[in-house]
Amino acid sequence: MSDTSFDSRTYETDAQFGDYYALLKPRVMTLVVFTALVGLLAAPVAVHPFVAFCAVLFIAVGGGASGALNMWYDSDIDALMRRTAKRPIPAGRVAREEALGLGLALSGFAVVFLGLATNWLAAALLAFTIFFYVVVYTMWLKRSTPQNIVIGGAAGAFPPMIGWAAATGSIGIEAVLMFALTFMWTPPHFWALALFVRQDYDNATVPMLTVTHGRRVTRVHILVYTALLAALAVGTGFTAIGGPVYLAVALVLNALFLRGAVQIWRRDEVAAEGDNFAVEKKFFKLSLLYLFAHFGAILVEAAAGRLGAW
Amino acid sequence: MSLSKQHELHRRRRGRNIGVGLSLAALIVIVLGLTVVKVTRGGLELQPATESSDGI
Repeated sequence: MSDTSFDSRTYETDAQFGDYYALLKPRVMTLVVFTALVGLLAAPVAVHPFVAFCAVLFIAVGGGASGALNMWYDSDIDALMRRTAKRPIPAGRVAREEALGLGLALSGFAVVFLGLATNWLAAALLAFTIFFYVVVYTMWLKRSTPQNIVIGGAAGAFPPMIGWAAATGSIGIEAVLMFALTFMWTPPHFWALALFVRQDYDNATVPMLTVTHGRRVTRVHILVYTALLAALAVGTGFTAIGGPVYLAVALVLNALFLRGAVQIWRRDEVAAEGDNFAVEKKFFKLSLLYLFAHFGAILVEAAAGRLGAW
Repeated sequence: MSLSKQHELHRRRRGRNIGVGLSLAALIVIVLGLTVVKVTRGGLELQPATESSDGI
């Protein structure tokens, strides 16, 4: 063996920096960053801009770390699903142990730094969120119950509450409402996705509602949760974080969302497969706009309140 | 001329090294920035020393 010899087959799958970044689930992080920012800015306490920036960054890093830990634990089923098969671990670019190490290191970093930058209540909430997503959702619920995303959705709902806690050092009713909004939004959002990527979950034997209870039941569940969400979302308009802009946004979007849910409920599988799940896909896209618009409206109300507009 | 030949492997790893370097630089900026903000806003003020009963 000479010093210059190496296996030329291995370097082509050598991880790039982007592969480690992909472990942090950057698309999910977008939602985390935005909702955490809104929670922080909607709070009735002025936070230094640099501290606010760092707080949102640490919350995002904590969310990303839980994504890496999720990919570490779920690499076996990720390899079976078309949607996730190209992730860094199943694609063979990053070793499972590397993802575990990165996830644990970033979790510790994010929690400690959030505590130092803001307060330890926010840090404790972030630590609990990571624990909830990785242990309660990923390790336990995801593979054992069709209620996985209903309960597991709490993990994605914590960021605005953490943002609020980072600013105020407490948890107010407004933070709970923002949590509830995201929590109630998660099931119809994911069940719409499950309706048109059914084969993936079947292959991986993940007990999504579509797999365990059938597609008809899933359509009914989407309608029921959307109706409950609409009541909550519009009702929030009459609380301290609501206002005329929020109420207008909530009324329009919830009417559209309800209409989409009714359309999904009324369809059968023949009609859905006939147009390649066009209604379900449209509902899924609308759900993304729905959440961003609601939190955007909360942000507008907070800004208007500070400027004394109303 | 360089003694070691540049290989594709090195080129691919350069991006990773730059990424790690930039992340570490960002960490330094964040720690420095937070320190400055905390100090200038009084977040890290030390508690005033209490005098002991014998006046020392």
